[in-house]
Amino acid sequence: MASPVLTDGKILCYHCGETCLNTKIHSAEKNFCCEGCKMVFQILNQSELCEYYNLNENPGINQRMRVRKDKFAFLDDEKIQLQLISFQDEKQVHITFYLPQMHCSSCLYLLENLHRLNPGVVSSKVNFTRKEADIVFLKDKTSLREVAETLTGIGYEPYISLNDLKEKRPAIDRSMVYQIGVAGFAFGNIMLMSFPEYLGIDASEKGLLNVFRWANFGLAIPVLLYSALPFYISSWKSLKHKFLNIDAPIALAVIITFIRSAFEVISGTGGGYFDSMTGIVFFMLAGRILQDKTYRQLSFERDYTSYFPIAISVLKDNKEIPTALPDIKPGDTLLIHNEELIPADGILTRGKAFIDYSFVTGESLPVLKDMGEIVYAGGKQTEGNIEILVVKEVTQSYLTKLWNRDEFKEQEEINTRSFVHLLSRYFTFILLGIAAITAVYWQLHEPARMWPAITSIFIIACPCALFLSNTFTNGNILRILGRNHLYLRNAQTIEDMGRATHIVFDKTGTLTSSRQQDIQYEGKPLSENQLQQVAALADQSNHPLSKALAHHIGRARHIEFSRFNELPGKGIEGETEQESIRLGSYSWVTGQTGHPGGTSVFVRFGDEVYGRFQFSNHYREAIPDLIHDLRKEYRLSVLSGDNEAEQETLQKLLGKKATLLFHQKPEDKLRYINFLQQKGEKVMMIGDGLNDAGALKQSDIGIAVAEQTNNFTPSSDAIIEAKQLSRLTRFIRLCRANRNIVVASFVMSIVYNVIGLFFAVQGNLSPLIAAILMPSSSLSILLLTFGSSSLIARQLKL
Amino acid sequence: MSVIIILMIASISIAALFLVAFLWGVKSGQFEDDFSPSSRILFDDKPAPTKTV
Repeated sequence: MASPVLTDGKILCYHCGETCLNTKIHSAEKNFCCEGCKMVFQILNQSELCEYYNLNENPGINQRMRVRKDKFAFLDDEKIQLQLISFQDEKQVHITFYLPQMHCSSCLYLLENLHRLNPGVVSSKVNFTRKEADIVFLKDKTSLREVAETLTGIGYEPYISLNDLKEKRPAIDRSMVYQIGVAGFAFGNIMLMSFPEYLGIDASEKGLLNVFRWANFGLAIPVLLYSALPFYISSWKSLKHKFLNIDAPIALAVIITFIRSAFEVISGTGGGYFDSMTGIVFFMLAGRILQDKTYRQLSFERDYTSYFPIAISVLKDNKEIPTALPDIKPGDTLLIHNEELIPADGILTRGKAFIDYSFVTGESLPVLKDMGEIVYAGGKQTEGNIEILVVKEVTQSYLTKLWNRDEFKEQEEINTRSFVHLLSRYFTFILLGIAAITAVYWQLHEPARMWPAITSIFIIACPCALFLSNTFTNGNILRILGRNHLYLRNAQTIEDMGRATHIVFDKTGTLTSSRQQDIQYEGKPLSENQLQQVAALADQSNHPLSKALAHHIGRARHIEFSRFNELPGKGIEGETEQESIRLGSYSWVTGQTGHPGGTSVFVRFGDEVYGRFQFSNHYREAIPDLIHDLRKEYRLSVLSGDNEAEQETLQKLLGKKATLLFHQKPEDKLRYINFLQQKGEKVMMIGDGLNDAGALKQSDIGIAVAEQTNNFTPSSDAIIEAKQLSRLTRFIRLCRANRNIVVASFVMSIVYNVIGLFFAVQGNLSPLIAAILMPSSSLSILLLTFGSSSLIARQLKL
Repeated sequence: MSVIIILMIASISIAALFLVAFLWGVKSGQFEDDFSPSSRILFDDKPAPTKTV
């Protein structure tokens, strides 16, 4: 099976499916886009694992950027090993690797056949949703480093970050699933055994009736003591904070129902309401589980540690020693390789640093630093290796300090913001009022009926309906948004989204795409031949502008340069047989001083300056439409860490009323959000980088934009896929509808409650009426909440 | 009518059996990863030699 040749003559790489520039790289009649992809194919072919390519078409991961050879040297360090390994004995070691590249069943096949590539591996088991592989290997046959290198060799580079050095992740809490299991079991059986109670039983079988009642009593005990635990815990917590949340009346109702029913069974006066009680617990747990559904593959809690590497090379006596990040001390000399992250603030001592700070500060272009200058942690070196002398420890660096700000340390308070709690509080007070009036009435007229009447009121009118409508609507909306690639941290976020009044955007990476730039040429026209030469020259360099330029022009043929020279911070020059070409900055290419403004690359052939390529930010396609919609309803701001080059374009886009701020440092952004909040605004912040992290946390709702959801996003309340940004207005509308749906279904449940209370105040709530009223009100609320939220989503075309 | 009591015990124990099965399923992580098992079953233990050189 050869690589498919497309109709327009493009050849796709057999491994990764990208377009091949030529047909030079091939093996076994298959074409590859780069040596890396070819190498992976050859490894797999040797181990007879080519089934990989049969399961999915071009399943591989592009290998153009190969990983540095000694990158995993730090895994030989025993101290680091101990912190990563989950279990080991004399022979075997168990390790869990996070492999973000995992994406299809071919990956699964390959990773579970790892033992064929590395005989030291005993087994590997993939958890696809978490993108993790649990690997067991033999200590004496292979090492942790070799396993990591085997994985890297086939394109699945394990992601090991500083975060892994912290305590082990807590196991997933499944207790609520157990609780609902127990509640469901008890509910079903109690319903079955309550039939004699509902339908009546012959007087001669009274003994049997008692057996059934006691069985129900027994079945209800685990529900009372185990399944309803989350409600007790939550209400206890809120009462300690002197706040009445919705769980408190629910817990009260469950306990009162049980006591009253137990009393009836023991005294032989009736069968009690065990069926209603267990049913309520079951339905409410279901709602809660639906609402708390989490996206396990996503993390909303990331801080700088998941962005930083776990170890870095320290130079000591001219030797590279891999050292764990927390062990780095001021005075150490670090060797930063190409494409590596600078983990601590330091002084550049060797090499020219060309640092990409886009993720930290929002500047779109790399910054040139000379020897002796200070480089800040968080930047990524983009050209060649450099050495830096550490001046501050990792935890003390400028970037990490931003995270350790005191205002973020405050513990997550219990959820007290939702309007549902307020509503339930009114409800509870009204209920207590009715109970009191009933009590007084029966005390005066017929004291024997007082207690049955009061307990009936609490049984029938617990705010379960409100609870159910809230959790089920939230759960359904979270599900709909998740389907549309907007992932919310929790249900409270829905309400917050609906309430925002001011939307703040970051520019680089959020409004603009960090991967694409618009390029325009100005000046003396270039011939096709000259354009090709420019492209070929630009292709030799790794500078982002050169790369963008080469990609923009596209390359059709190969051009040999007799001489090629790259001067960091200035540009590149090359010589072909006919002439010499220079590409680069204004002063270097033209020989004049000054700065023409904006971002541009100048071109010179021989002695003649031809013109310049102007670079401007590429706005995401849907942004103009989105801003247009948002302008009508919200106040807008843009905060950018970049220069003012785009001011005019942005002002036109956002309108005159919008605030535009440039050269914003991370803490400036945070302060601006704070300023808006003090004016009483509810701020929604949309950003993407570490530079927005403070602002995202400070805002009422922070949405992180990700190109792909398994990319790393700073901690936030929500994560949205960049492509979905255009639908933000519709997402917000759906979140606003949430409140109306909850209120509507609450009103409906009040109707049920009034009917129930009618019987309850008279003190003759029969088990049959309770048994009909309870499930039918629950079910109709489920239908209403699910139906209406889905209907609104459909109207919004989500 | 003691037969009813036997039936009741039988029905509850069957239901309890299912409850135990459910709890065991949750505990062993069967509901965690819904992609891998369904794909894994399609892989042959020993794929036919697909070496293509």
